[in-house]
Amino acid sequence: MDTFIQLTIDGLTLGSVYALIALGYTLVYGVLKLLNFAHGDVFMVGSFIGFGVLQLLGGTSNPIVPIWALIVLITLAAIVGCSVLGVAIERFAYRPLRDAPRIAPLISALGVSFFLENSMQLLFGAQPRNYDTFSLANGALYLRGIDIGQVRLPLLRIITIVVAFVMMFLLWFLVTRTRSGKAMRATSFDREAAAMMGINIDRVIVFTFVLGSALAGVAGVMFGLRVPTNVTIGFVAGLKGFTAAVIGGIGSIPGAMAGGLILGFAESYTQGYVSTKWSDLFVFLILIAFMIFRPQGLFGRADIRKV
Amino acid sequence: MTDSTPHGSHTPADGPAVGQDEWVARHGEHQLLRGGRLGSAEARLRLVPWWAWLILFLAVFSLLPVVESSGYVRRVAFDTVLYMLLALGLNIVVGWGGLLDLGYVALYGVGAYTYAFVASGQFGVHLPTLLAVLVTVVVGAFVGFLLGLPSRRLTGDYLAIVTLFFLQLFQTLMTNADNVFGHDLTGGPNGILNVDPFHLFGHDLAVQHQGVFAVSYFYVALAVFAVVFVALRFVNFSRTGRAWRSLREDPLAAEAMGMPVNRLKLLSFSFGAAVAALTGSLFAALNASVFPLTFYFILLIVIYTMVILGGSGSQAGVVLGALIVGPLLELLRDPGKARILFYAALVGGVLFAFRRSRTTAIVSVGTIVFGFVMHVLASAHSASWVAGEKAGGAAGAVAHWVVVPAHLASWIPPTTYIGLLTLALLLTLIDRRVRLVLLVPTLYLAAFVWENVMLASPETMRYIVLGVILIGLMILRPNGLLGERRVEII
Repeated sequence: MDTFIQLTIDGLTLGSVYALIALGYTLVYGVLKLLNFAHGDVFMVGSFIGFGVLQLLGGTSNPIVPIWALIVLITLAAIVGCSVLGVAIERFAYRPLRDAPRIAPLISALGVSFFLENSMQLLFGAQPRNYDTFSLANGALYLRGIDIGQVRLPLLRIITIVVAFVMMFLLWFLVTRTRSGKAMRATSFDREAAAMMGINIDRVIVFTFVLGSALAGVAGVMFGLRVPTNVTIGFVAGLKGFTAAVIGGIGSIPGAMAGGLILGFAESYTQGYVSTKWSDLFVFLILIAFMIFRPQGLFGRADIRKV
Repeated sequence: MTDSTPHGSHTPADGPAVGQDEWVARHGEHQLLRGGRLGSAEARLRLVPWWAWLILFLAVFSLLPVVESSGYVRRVAFDTVLYMLLALGLNIVVGWGGLLDLGYVALYGVGAYTYAFVASGQFGVHLPTLLAVLVTVVVGAFVGFLLGLPSRRLTGDYLAIVTLFFLQLFQTLMTNADNVFGHDLTGGPNGILNVDPFHLFGHDLAVQHQGVFAVSYFYVALAVFAVVFVALRFVNFSRTGRAWRSLREDPLAAEAMGMPVNRLKLLSFSFGAAVAALTGSLFAALNASVFPLTFYFILLIVIYTMVILGGSGSQAGVVLGALIVGPLLELLRDPGKARILFYAALVGGVLFAFRRSRTTAIVSVGTIVFGFVMHVLASAHSASWVAGEKAGGAAGAVAHWVVVPAHLASWIPPTTYIGLLTLALLLTLIDRRVRLVLLVPTLYLAAFVWENVMLASPETMRYIVLGVILIGLMILRPNGLLGERRVEII
C-alpha cells in the first residue's frame, strides 16, 4: 500500500509536468494545426533560465530573497524568457511557412529543435545542472510536508502539483472566459471565417505561442526543481508531452491535462512494479493503442474530412 | 546528373504530355527556356541522358581513391556513399510518398543489427555474406512494413510523432536488451563487436591495407549505390512510382481514382526501409561493430538535411545533397577549413543579397574598416583583449581584424551569441536603410562569435550549421537545389 501511495505521488508530480508540456502542444496544434517539435526544447530552455536566475539570486545555499520569492522569481523569469523564445520561433520559423505544404513547417520545426538543443550545448555545455533544492533552508522542501499513512508528501511535490493545477486553471479561465480566449477558440475552429469576422489572426497565433511557451517555462522550472537538468531533456519531454496531448485528444485543454496525468501514472507504476528500463515501451504501447482504437483521444472530436 | 522531368524536351506546340495539366506544363517550359548563353547551355545539358551522367559521376568518383591515397579521405568518401544510399532510401518515403518518416534512422539501425546478428559471434551464426545481406534486406523491409502500418490511419503530424517515438523505442530496446530474462541479445550500450566482414569472391574484404583504409569497401559500396540508383529510377517511372507521386500530391484524389492508397504507403515504407537496411549491413560489415547511439536523432537530421537541400523527390538531387552535406560536416571539424568556409559564406551571402552593386562595396568596405577600428580600440584598451591564439596563414590574417581576447569571460559567449541571433532576425524585419547601417556591425559580430564561440567547439557548431541550413531552406527554397517546384493548382 505504501509503495502504491508513493508511486501515485510520483505519477501525479510527473504527470502534472507532462500535462503542462502537453497543453503547449495542444494550444498550438489547435490554432495552427502544426506539431511544434521545438516545444520540448523550449521546455529545456525554461529549466536553464530558471537555473541561471537561481544562480543570480545567490543559489540555493545562500539565497538573497526568501524561499517563496525565490521560486516565484525563477518561475516568472522562465515564463518571460520562454514566451519571448516562443514568439521568435513562431515569427521567424513558422510564419513564413503558414501557407506552405503541411510537411514544410514540420521540417522547419525539426530544424528549430535541433538548433536550440545544440545552441544551448554550445553556450552552456553538456554537463547536467543541479538546482540543488535540498540545501534550500536545510532541506525544508524535502523534509516537511503532509503525511499520508506511512508516506510523506514533501513540500516540493506539493508545490509542483499545486503550481501545475493553478496554471491549468488560469489557462482554462483565459481560454473560456475572456475575449482573447474566444478569439483563440474561433481561430481554432475555422481560421478563415475568424479572419473574416475581424479577428486579427496573427495576434491570436502570437498569443497562443506566448501561452504555450509560458507553460513550458513553468514546466521546465518544476522539472529542474526536482531533478538535474541538461540540454538533451527536450527531446524525450517533447515526445511524452505530445503523446499526452494525443491521448487526451489534441486541441482539447482538459484532454491534455488528463493525458498528462495518465501518462505520469502509467510511467510511475511501470517503473515501480515492472521495470525502470521498459517504461518508454509501455508509453509507446499506450500511444499506439490510442492511435489505433481512438485516434481522436479521450476528449477530442472525431475529425470529419471535408472535400 | 539531372533528373530529366517527363516533360523535359517537348515544345509548347506538342501540347502537354498525357496526364499533365497544360498550365503546369507551360509553367515548366517557362522555367526551362531561360534566355542567353546560360539558357542554351542548360538546354544542351538537359539533352544528355541520365545514364551518361550516372556513368560520368561513377567514373569520376571511383577515381578518387586512386588520386588520393590518404586513408582519411577514402574513409570520408566511403561514408559519403553510405549517406547517398540513405538519402536515396529516405527520398522514397519523403520525396515520392510524401510521408514524414522520422523513424528512418532506426531502420538503418535495424539493418546494421540484423547483419550483426546473422554474421557475428553474438549468436554464433555466420551466414555467407550474400545470404546475410539478403536476410538483412528482408528483415528491414518487414520492419519498415510494420512501421508503416500506423500510416494507414494517420497522416502528417501524427505519423511523424509515431515514427519518432519508434526511433526512441529502438534506442531503448537496443540499449536495454543486454539482459532480457538473463539473455544478452544486443550487447546493450557496448554494442556487438567482431561482426564478420564481407566475404566476396573467396576473399574477406580488408578494411585496412598496410595501415591505410582499403578501397575494396568503397568500391563495393559504390557498386551497391549504382544498382540501387538505377533500380529506383525504374521504380520511379513505373506505375508504382507514378502512383506514389499522385499520393504525395493529394491522397484523397488518389483514393478517388481507385488507387490502393494504403498498400502504396506500406510499399513506400518497405522500399525505403529495405534500402536503409542494405546500407546498414554495409556499415556494420565495415566497422565490424554496431552501437545503439549511432542511430539517433543527429543522424536523422543529417539525412533530412541532405534530402531537403538536394531537393526531395529528385534522385539526382538527394545524391547531390549527400555529396555536399557529408564532406561539409567533415570540413567543419577542422577549424582552419571551417574558417575559410565561413568567410566564403559571409562574402557569398553579401554578394547574393546585393549582387554587383554599390551597396556590396559599401557593406564590405564598411565591415572591414569597422573591424580594424574595433581591433585598434580593443588593443588600446588592453593588450590581452586581442592576445588570443594566433595561428598562421588565414587565421593569422583574420586575427588582426577580429577581436580575439586571450581569456573569454563566461558571460561573453551567451550574450554575443544571443545578441547576434536577435540582430540577424531583426534585420529581416526593419526598413531597408536602417538595415544597411545595422548590417555592418552584425557581420562583424558574426565574425566575432564565429572566432570566439563557435570555433571553440566544432562538434556542436557543425550541428548548429545543419539546423540553420534546414530552417533557412524550408523558408527560402523548400524545393532544394534540384527538386521539382511544386505548383499549386486550385
